Amino acid sequence: MDNELYQAVLLQHSKQPRNFGPLENPTHAADGHNALCGDEISVALQIENGTVAEAKFTGSACAICTASASIMTGEVKGLTCEAAQALAGNFRLLAKDGTGPDVPKKLEVLGGVHQFPQRVKCAVLPWETLVSAMHSPLG
Amino acid sequence: MTTTSIREQFPFLKERVNGHPLIYLDNAASAQKPASVISRMSRFMESEYANVHRGVHLLSERATAAYENARTSVAKLLNAAREEEVVFTRGTTEAVNLVANTWGRENIKHGDTILLTEMEHHSNLLPWLKLASDTGAKVAFVPVLENGSALDLDSAKRLLAASPKLFAFVHVPNTLGLENPVGELCKWAADSGTTTFVDGAQSVGHQPVDVQKLGCDFLACSSHKMCGPSGIGALWGRHELLAAMPPWQHGGEMVDRAYYDKPATFREPPARFEAGTPPIIEAAGWAEAIAFLNDTGLDAIREHSVSLANLAASRLREIDGLRVFGPDVRQSGIVAFSVDDVHAHDVAFFANERGLALRAGHHCAQPLMRKLGSPSSSRASFYLYNQPSDVDALVAILHEAVAFFR
Repeated sequence: MDNELYQAVLLQHSKQPRNFGPLENPTHAADGHNALCGDEISVALQIENGTVAEAKFTGSACAICTASASIMTGEVKGLTCEAAQALAGNFRLLAKDGTGPDVPKKLEVLGGVHQFPQRVKCAVLPWETLVSAMHSPLG
Repeated sequence: MTTTSIREQFPFLKERVNGHPLIYLDNAASAQKPASVISRMSRFMESEYANVHRGVHLLSERATAAYENARTSVAKLLNAAREEEVVFTRGTTEAVNLVANTWGRENIKHGDTILLTEMEHHSNLLPWLKLASDTGAKVAFVPVLENGSALDLDSAKRLLAASPKLFAFVHVPNTLGLENPVGELCKWAADSGTTTFVDGAQSVGHQPVDVQKLGCDFLACSSHKMCGPSGIGALWGRHELLAAMPPWQHGGEMVDRAYYDKPATFREPPARFEAGTPPIIEAAGWAEAIAFLNDTGLDAIREHSVSLANLAASRLREIDGLRVFGPDVRQSGIVAFSVDDVHAHDVAFFANERGLALRAGHHCAQPLMRKLGSPSSSRASFYLYNQPSDVDALVAILHEAVAFFR
């Protein structure tokens, strides 16, 4: 029941999220918001020569959203912006209907959300915010 | 009436969620419907339905009688001085928009002040902010005290003494478990010539509400929050105010004389504000809901809901890191709370898996929840069909959720 959604590894990420906190000298940033449940998340990036060199997040969000952001920030580091954007699209498919080609193994733990339509937005919000941040240079 | 006999009249209680009995604690969002309301609406469609106020045939007569009897029921529920003071709308939100777009556009000018409170639902906030930005009026807010325990009445008195044009405020807010002293606030407003608009969405049908005793100028409420169907509500307004207001929506039924080449003339209230075919079936259902609530007794309903809310609040406070918003002692059946390190959306999901319907989020009061430092919170709200074992289930689930997520 709960465990179909809140797998142990996911719960671990939500309790002790990786890459959580402010990023020094970000080049790109954006805020995301889920009007349904009040999730609020901010993603900050350092983009160097078209590659995501650093990614961190802050905010107040549910376990699914926090875990998704924790895993995402780890996965996109080192990717080109194009690759990160493509991965965001594939992750969206994974969350919505469980398909999602070429998604790294670590993200599969979030695939269960597609059985819970009201939680899809929670999983996808960090990725939407990431894409928005990549298009929002600072200064 | 006993809770057991009340519960027998609500078919939704037979539903099960993941094998668990359904426990419904989302009454502040919308209340469930008794069998009498459901069957009244069916019966109405079977043998009484047609358009109202138009036909001379039998069914139109029956439908018109049911529709106008519903107006009488609402007028009695609110103790309105005249039935014509009750305008049917889609709900509270439409009633606010109606007044903002008619009375508001006639009376609010550049530099005037619209006074609101910090505890308003978006529906009694955004229409006034829009009016202010369109007219150049100023907006001021009566603050809420620490933890949402009460409206800051000293500030309210001071702000009202400055004679704002309008004071629009909520009777029973949908998050804080308190009841504002409407009578006192309206008295201060009247002393300075301020028009008052009361959002009664959470109070009407949950406790006695007497517009003449409260001394307000306008009050809005919704059928669906008091066991009636969705899609209908009412604006009550003092007759001389309604009579001076221009129409909002134009169309059939609200017009007196229409021409190709000169301006139309409009009917007296309430018809002036009821353009188009109104929610007829819903009106019949709402009247039945009001009869049901009157049979049960509004004082008894309030006492029942508030005592369950007090029980819930005191037992929830025993949970480490759980914060209940609002006053120490409940004044309404609403208990909103946040839990350290456990997000409200996870709590509501976890509760649903166990058959319990809770609300999670900002409860359509984003600025208030931000001010309280909790952009997302959980809310349990009680009504006449809830029982003490619902509180036991709520508390047990919260303990379980804290152990799971923290």
